[in-house]
Amino acid sequence: MKTGVKRRKEFHGSVGDIVFDLIIWVFLFFAVVVCVYPFIYVLSVSLSSGQAVNQGKVVLFPVDLNLEALKTVLNYKQLWISYGNTFFYTVVGTVLNVVFTCLAAYPLSRKRFCLRKQMNFLLAFTMYFSGGLIPVYIIVTKLGLYDSRLVMILPVLISAYNVMICRSAFESISEELFEEAAIEGANDFYILTKIAVPLIKPTLAVLTLYYAVARYNDFFSAMLYISDSTKEPLQIFLRRILLQASMEIMQTTNINMGALSQSTIQVRYVCIVVSVVPIMLVVPLVQKYLVQGTMLGAVKG
Amino acid sequence: MSNDKKKKTWKQLLYRDRYLLIMIIPVVIYYLVFCYLPMTGIVMAFNQYQVGSGFAGIYTSKWVGLKWFKQFFGSIYLGRLVRNTFLLQFFSLIFGFPIPILFAIAVTQVANKKARKIIQVSTYLPYFISTVVVCGMINNFLSPSGGIINQLLNMIGIESINFMNLPQWFRPIYVISGSWQSFGFNSIIFVAAIMGISPDLYEAMDVDGANRRQVIWHLVLPSIKPTIILLLIMSLGTMMSVGFEKVYLLYNTAVYETADVIQTYVYRQGIQSSNYSYATAVGLFNSVINFVIVFIANRISRKVTDTAIW
Repeated sequence: MKTGVKRRKEFHGSVGDIVFDLIIWVFLFFAVVVCVYPFIYVLSVSLSSGQAVNQGKVVLFPVDLNLEALKTVLNYKQLWISYGNTFFYTVVGTVLNVVFTCLAAYPLSRKRFCLRKQMNFLLAFTMYFSGGLIPVYIIVTKLGLYDSRLVMILPVLISAYNVMICRSAFESISEELFEEAAIEGANDFYILTKIAVPLIKPTLAVLTLYYAVARYNDFFSAMLYISDSTKEPLQIFLRRILLQASMEIMQTTNINMGALSQSTIQVRYVCIVVSVVPIMLVVPLVQKYLVQGTMLGAVKG
Repeated sequence: MSNDKKKKTWKQLLYRDRYLLIMIIPVVIYYLVFCYLPMTGIVMAFNQYQVGSGFAGIYTSKWVGLKWFKQFFGSIYLGRLVRNTFLLQFFSLIFGFPIPILFAIAVTQVANKKARKIIQVSTYLPYFISTVVVCGMINNFLSPSGGIINQLLNMIGIESINFMNLPQWFRPIYVISGSWQSFGFNSIIFVAAIMGISPDLYEAMDVDGANRRQVIWHLVLPSIKPTIILLLIMSLGTMMSVGFEKVYLLYNTAVYETADVIQTYVYRQGIQSSNYSYATAVGLFNSVINFVIVFIANRISRKVTDTAIW
C-alpha cells in the first residue's frame, strides 16, 4: 500500500499532470466543503446573536458571539428527558443487538452445526421478504408493546445483514484454533466468548457503531409505537422542533415576541448541534475499522 | 471421521451441538415472533379486518378474496405510487452511483496519508446523521423565510422559492440530499479496492511512461470494475424500496403528486386511517415486487460476478 502511494508521486511533472492534480484538488475541496459547511453554518447560527442571524449576516463564522439561544435550549427540560431516553435505548439496545448478533452468527459459522442450512434460510429469507408495515404494527401492538420502552428495543433486535457480516468474520478465523480448543474440552460458549469474539473485535466495533447509530437515530419505531412524552426519544423531540415548527421551547422562557421570531430558527439550529455532537465524537474514533466492516459485508455474506 | 458422521442419528447430532442450539434458540424466537408471525398477518390482505377485533381477528375476519387488490389496481394511486417510488430510486441511482467512484479515485490520488484521512472522515459524517436532522436541515435551509439558500438567491437578485411546496422540486431535493449523505460512506469500498492494487502494476505503468490520466484509465478503472458491477447489481435490488422516513418527513399534501410513494401511502391508509386490510394488501404488493426484483438482481449477480447475497 505504502509503495503504491510513493510510486504515484513520481508521476508528477508534466503540465498535463499538474492540471490534472489541480482538478482533483478542486473536486476534493468542493466535496469536503459540501459535507462540512452545513454543520459549520448551523453551529455558527447557534452561537450568534439573534439580530445578526435575522439580518442574514451569519455566513461562515458566528457574528456577535451570543449564547442566549444555546442557554434557552439547554434549559428546556423535555430535551433532557428525550436525550435520557435515547441514551437508554441506545446503550441497552446496542448491547443486546451485538450479543444477539454474535449468538446468531457463531452457530451459523460452524460448518458442523446440524441445523446450519435451516437456520441460515430462516435469517436470509427475512432479508428478502417481510410481512410489511401493517402486520408488524398489529402484531407488535397486540403483544402489548405499545408505549412500552421494550418496543424501542425488541422489534429491531437483530439485523440479518449484520449477522452475515459477523458470520463471515467468524468464518475467517483459522479452523485449527477451534479444533484445538474443542480437543482441550472447551464448549462452544467458552470458545465463543474467550476465543472467537476477541479475534473479531474490529468487525464487532463496526457492527456496534452501525447498531448504535441506528438506535440513536431511530425515529420510525418511536413514531409508530410511542405516544407518551416521558418515553419519547430525542428524534421525536427533534422532529417537533425542526419540522413541525413547535414553539414549545420559546414558550417556556420569557422572551418577548420581537425576539421570538428571531430566535425560532436559532433554537432549531441549536437543537441540531446538541443532537449531532455525540455522532461527531464517535464516528472518527471508529472510522479506521469502517473499511474492514464494509468490505466484509459486500464481498462475502 | 466420515464413517463416524454417517452413523450419527439426529438425536446424537442435536446432543453434540447442544451449546450451539442453546445459543440460537433466543435468535429463533426473535425471528418467529417479530418476522414470521407478522408474515402470517398477510392474511389480512384477503379479509376484512376490523379495528379492535383482537389478535384472533387477524385470522378469522370475513374473507373477501382479492377485493382490496382490485380496489388498489382500480385507483389512481397505483400508477402514481409506482412511478414515484421507481423514479426516486432510479434518479438516486443515476445521480448517486458515479459520485462515490469519482470521489474514491480522486481521494486515492492524494499522497499525504493524513490529508487523505481528514478528507475521508469529513465526507463520512453526513452518513451517520439521523434522517430527522437531515430533513430538518433541508427544510430550514430551503425555507422561504430566513433559509440560507433563499437568502443567497435573494442576494443575486432571484426571488425566494418555496422549495418544499413545489412538486417539481421534490425529486431533486430528495436525490441530491441523499447523494450528499451517502457518497463519502459509499466510496469506502472503492477506496479499499483502489488501495489494494499491487504496486508492481503502478511500477509497470511508470516504466511505460504513462501519465496519471492513463494510469487511472488503464489501471485503476479496470481494477475496480468488478466492485462497480457488483454494487450496481446490488443497488438494482432496491429499485422499488424507497426509504420511508425521508419521504415522510419531507413531503406534504402540496407535493404528493411527485412525492407520495407506496410506503407512505400504506402508512397513511393503515396507521392513520385504520384501513388495515387495504393497507396490508398494498404493502404485500410492494413486498412481492421487491422480492422479485431482489431475486432477479441476485441471479444476475451470481452469473456475472460469482457473488450472491444468499
